[in-house]
Amino acid sequence: MSAADFEMSNRPRRDYSLVGESTRRAIETGLASAEWYHTEVARKTMKELMQRSDAPAIRDTMLWIGLILGSAAGAITFWGTWWCVPFFAVYGVLYGSASDSRWHECGHGTAFKTRWMNDVVYQIASFMLMRNPVVWRWSHARHHTDTIIVGRDAEIAVMRPPDLLRAALAFTGYGDFRHALPALLRQASGRLSDDEKSYIPETEWQRAVVAARWHVAIYVATVAVALYTRSFLPLMLIGLPRIYGSWHMVLTGLLQHIGLADNVIDHRLNSRTVYMNPVSRWIYWNMNYHVEHHMFPMVPYHALPRLHALIKHDLPAPNPSMWHAYKEAWPVLLRQLRYEDFYLKRELPATARPYRHEFHNMAVSAAAE
Amino acid sequence: MAEWIEACAAGDIDEEDVMRFDHAGRTFAVYRSPDDEYFATDGLCTHERVHLADGLVMDDIIECPKHNGRFNYKTGAAKGAPVCVNLKTYPVKVTAGKVLIEIE
Ligand code: FES
Repeated sequence: MSAADFEMSNRPRRDYSLVGESTRRAIETGLASAEWYHTEVARKTMKELMQRSDAPAIRDTMLWIGLILGSAAGAITFWGTWWCVPFFAVYGVLYGSASDSRWHECGHGTAFKTRWMNDVVYQIASFMLMRNPVVWRWSHARHHTDTIIVGRDAEIAVMRPPDLLRAALAFTGYGDFRHALPALLRQASGRLSDDEKSYIPETEWQRAVVAARWHVAIYVATVAVALYTRSFLPLMLIGLPRIYGSWHMVLTGLLQHIGLADNVIDHRLNSRTVYMNPVSRWIYWNMNYHVEHHMFPMVPYHALPRLHALIKHDLPAPNPSMWHAYKEAWPVLLRQLRYEDFYLKRELPATARPYRHEFHNMAVSAAAE
Repeated sequence: MAEWIEACAAGDIDEEDVMRFDHAGRTFAVYRSPDDEYFATDGLCTHERVHLADGLVMDDIIECPKHNGRFNYKTGAAKGAPVCVNLKTYPVKVTAGKVLIEIE
């Protein structure tokens, strides 16, 4: 964006629980389950963009699995020497980062045309990420219904005021791991949190518990093998890559929404499209076109560049690089430490149609009064 | 009492596609299957209030544009999370090039 514009106002502190005060206000003001802005696209063109195909995802998945197996073989061969390090570096990113985009796209059912292929890759990627496949399917549905609506969205990565230590720890993988593993253990013990129960229908609760138990069983087996063989290697291959390999997922994923508006119903204002290098785009499966994805979640990852070209006239200018996007977001996060209402207001092109501006300018609390 | 209402001309919908039809404060989705048959369901997804006519028809499946929930539009059956409740379907006939649906 050309001229960044910052806005402040005095709103009450945000309550990020999904059953609290912000939830009540979001429902009362109509922010929850609202109708969101969409750029006009002719039905015929949209139908073409939405078309499913197995070929791109089969190609990418074979490459992904081939690289995983190849780097694992190298890591095992050179285990005990420094030569294993580059193999683990590659293996970790494929396991701990590329799995995120595969989880995401297959969860939407848009990666492959064939349903079971989406389901198989979804289950494998969920395991790699220590994500309960049932819980996260529903949390992601909520993320699309109520993107960055405080009190409703279960997937807000950086809350306000931002916890910068936590955000920094996220790059090490530990920040997320220390929540993911206890959550999995809790779910395996049969307990879902109130937040989880707020977005998962009751009919799915038992399935979530069973899925968690399968994951925990595999981790227990891995630990048992490590103890039996008196080697750390099994854990370096299963489980720990979630820590040492997730930096790329965090690097790309944090940019999706940080520093931008919350409590608006226009993805052009709360999501970010960032141009990236081809390797990152392959790992991330084109989720750098994030405004486009949120506006039209039916469009498969391989068609997002075409969608971007088609609608970019109606979107804020994309960030030309990750570096540019972080440089833009960093001062906003710093300001939010003192003023949590501070945010980066995206500028729409002069020809673009603004949408429901009342939400952008009004304090949610005031609207509730 | 049920009556037959004209929804559109048969040629208004492409093969393997869907169209929205609003009538008397209600909204419906009218489908043309790949083998050139016509079907009708309620127009809104049973997960959230989203128009299915913006979704994608693949064989006998309509995929919702919001969270990609899938229904069999011929039977109304929900095909799995995040859609858990079936869609209501309506009888359809084509007469003199017009698509009619039977609505109570
Ligand atoms: S609104 Fe249709 S699947 Fe969610």
